[in-house]
Amino acid sequence: MRRSGRPSLRRRQDVDTPDSGGMTRLGRKTAETGINFTNTTRFSRGLTFTRTHTLCGQSPTRRIIPQTSLLQENADPQKIAFLLRKQWTLYSVTPMYKFSYGNLKEYSRLLSAFVATEKQKGLAVEVGNDLGIKVILSTLLGLRGTDQDQAAILVQIALRSQLPFENAEDKVVWSGWFCCISGDDLSESVPEDFTCLSLFLANGAESYTAIVGSWFQKTFDCYFSRLTISPLNLAWMAAMWTGCKVDSYMAATELVFSVPCIPQSLDISYAIHPEDAKALWDTVQKTPGEVTQEEVNLFMDCLYSHFYRHFKIHLSATRLVKVSTSIASAHCDGNIKILHSKHLIGVLTLLTELAISQIQ
Amino acid sequence: MSLVRPFDKLPTLNSAVILLVGTDERRQQQLAEAILKEKKNFKINIHVATSLPLPAERDHVRPRIDLIAFMINMQSKHSLRNVEASLSHIDANFFLGKVCFLITGVGRMNHCSVEMNAVRKLGNLYCSPVLFCELDSEGIRAATAQRLLRMLQICAGHVPGVSALFFSSLMKSSIDE
Repeated sequence: MRRSGRPSLRRRQDVDTPDSGGMTRLGRKTAETGINFTNTTRFSRGLTFTRTHTLCGQSPTRRIIPQTSLLQENADPQKIAFLLRKQWTLYSVTPMYKFSYGNLKEYSRLLSAFVATEKQKGLAVEVGNDLGIKVILSTLLGLRGTDQDQAAILVQIALRSQLPFENAEDKVVWSGWFCCISGDDLSESVPEDFTCLSLFLANGAESYTAIVGSWFQKTFDCYFSRLTISPLNLAWMAAMWTGCKVDSYMAATELVFSVPCIPQSLDISYAIHPEDAKALWDTVQKTPGEVTQEEVNLFMDCLYSHFYRHFKIHLSATRLVKVSTSIASAHCDGNIKILHSKHLIGVLTLLTELAISQIQ
Repeated sequence: MSLVRPFDKLPTLNSAVILLVGTDERRQQQLAEAILKEKKNFKINIHVATSLPLPAERDHVRPRIDLIAFMINMQSKHSLRNVEASLSHIDANFFLGKVCFLITGVGRMNHCSVEMNAVRKLGNLYCSPVLFCELDSEGIRAATAQRLLRMLQICAGHVPGVSALFFSSLMKSSIDE
């Protein structure tokens, strides 16, 4: 049989590189590491994806602020107070396979052993010497938005105290917690055996975070990735958190912008009196309980034009890197600090939404 | 304030003029150099401006502009506002295919200050093609220069049988909403 001389036509596949996973360098060395260029031809073609509310990579046009976003009654106030006023690093977690709430003690034991062996790697220790690392996994009650949400899990690494006292307390050196507030979109679309705890917050040494993360990744076949916050989402946070009602204003509303300059980047910090910011937001917001993209843009434009009038600097040409309000403060690298327990659920809902959109 | 009009001057033989409008002068220069490096068989004039309107004093010296490319950087809201303000200084006849939007900076999603909806709405409102390109990368810059050159040839009327009005087919998506 004679083979035809025509070359075979192959359809060119779109290489869709995800933002967080592999890195594609486009053949040019850049000063910064970790630049991910996503393939953007899909935007040109205007393809629409069949997702309920957002297209790929876009922020929603409106967000509803739930009015009854209080902690549920069975929340432990001491544990909740432990979560506040601490700097947490954010990660997004893919759904975990075969995670069961009944086996928390077993997981604690396994994780303690793992952390101990990882810490001892490379060190010569006598057999039977106990480094005194204890890992405790417990559930955090009350941190859920809807009834479909899974209960939050708190992981703590404590070093057994060296003091000879009977009731000396163990020192907690690292804490991390998983939670998922109003993550209905994701939890409805995953099969039975998966647990959706999409948001992970860690406080403490980076080495412990890496060890705990790798254990969870190996045991439950999930993937942790750093949750970075884009300037768009930071602007949303600035607008939404300024609009929250607070009894007493602790701190000024502060926005930090980064100006790309050579040789070193310049940081501009813009602090606004919280009551003034709230007054401005009240004039912008039309429907209470709902925030639209136009309102956020208008709010930020007002702040930018005020700054321009005084300093002749276009803040809209810079990049927003940090937002601090009386409620919470967020940094674009994925660090967050929550200050009020009343607004904890609201903040976590927004962060869960960002985590889920990063996973998908 | 003078409007930029597409047909009020006579065209010059075998040449075409493109106007690049955008706030980032460095990127404009790089793109202009990439366009000039491309192989072409007609004379090309590249005009560069940060915003419109163009100064009226030099209007009589300026040749007829065949294609206007607005450059928007997704990482700077200022560039979007600047382009939106400049769009009102163009005669409406330009929007029959002689305007296009070049969007850069989408690749680094963590640094985007402009939302995608705004850019898409801009393209729909002004019936002009929106080209996403990463002008920081040399390869994509060369590819964009080639695309612009081809569009410029068509806008200047150098390609028989094809007119700038056909560019509206670039904006129709295969899945009609």
